[in-house]
Amino acid sequence: MQVSREHSATLDRTNTVNANVTKLEVRVWRGGEAGHYDTFSVPKRTNQTVLDVVTWIQRNLDPTLSYRFACRVGMCGSCGMTVNGAPRWTCRTHVSKVASDNLLEIGPLANLPVIKDLTADMSRFFEKWQQAEGTFVPTKTRKDPIAAIPPQDAARQNVDEAIECINCGVCFAACDVVRWNDDYLGPAALNRAWSLANDARDGGNTNRLRAISATGGCHACHSHQSCMQHCPKDLNPTRSIAGLKRLTMEAYLRGDLS
Amino acid sequence: MNLRLYLLQRVTAALMLPLVLGHLIVIFYATSTKLTAADILGRTEGSIGWALFYGAFVCLVAVHGAIGFATIAREWFGAGGQAPTIIMWTVGVVLLLLGLRAVFAVTMPGGLS
Repeated sequence: MQVSREHSATLDRTNTVNANVTKLEVRVWRGGEAGHYDTFSVPKRTNQTVLDVVTWIQRNLDPTLSYRFACRVGMCGSCGMTVNGAPRWTCRTHVSKVASDNLLEIGPLANLPVIKDLTADMSRFFEKWQQAEGTFVPTKTRKDPIAAIPPQDAARQNVDEAIECINCGVCFAACDVVRWNDDYLGPAALNRAWSLANDARDGGNTNRLRAISATGGCHACHSHQSCMQHCPKDLNPTRSIAGLKRLTMEAYLRGDLS
Repeated sequence: MNLRLYLLQRVTAALMLPLVLGHLIVIFYATSTKLTAADILGRTEGSIGWALFYGAFVCLVAVHGAIGFATIAREWFGAGGQAPTIIMWTVGVVLLLLGLRAVFAVTMPGGLS
């Protein structure tokens, strides 16, 4: 079913990229797993993000449209959606960068159950974090002095990138292995495990390395690097996973994981 | 994936690298110097060196390939339970038997006949 609706009163024809093309044709996923795309006509503006488009549709055309966002500035990681076939953070994705022929197709993130419309159920994504022992395990009490970790420390430099993850789920949606293998922990959870594995203050590495060596752990990664390609923060989870493969191999050869 | 199998597959891959190169060199040499099958068999039959070279190659291929097949069965075809393990052992044994038979055929003095 396709529905084309328009709210002409809100059109702003003075603020357009191209005077000849003032509208975007936007196909938006509606419903749950068994849904369909509805088509909306949205005014085209300069410096318009995909999230702006979704918000405009909800405010002007269909208030029942469900989607998730919070900060709008690329910090919270809650506005991930599939845009023209690729997972993206929509608040910092400019329409001009992704729309071809003024067409946009927006759906929920892949590899996650759909709650409604553009809202994916992130439970599985965060459960993987817990399975990967992605929780900090303190080794000191509040009475101990604060651990000093110099910026030059090799372990700290290992995770310079990894700690910048905002948990948007884009890598999880982009990953082929996640799609094939239900057990796979996914790039974000393993990237988190890599951050903690290099944290001198953390005491949970034995359990963590065991967890990420189990079926569906870091060794299931095929290094396709879709996570790296699509990460909106330009991080490289594949490199983090490669680091975990090295750490677990060393632990296994030492006999720590047997 | 089992950590032991993961390690085994990487180690066999590393060991196969020089053998693959050696095998390619043999192919290029044999095809560019107009060697006949009889010429080749004349050099390989009774040769311990060729028997060890291709015997090792076959063993590594059997281990490496079998683990890979189990992964493909699991990830592409959704094989669960013991199925990937059964596939792994079946593929491994078949590759080993067929490969070793071929190695014996060209390196045993007088062949298998």
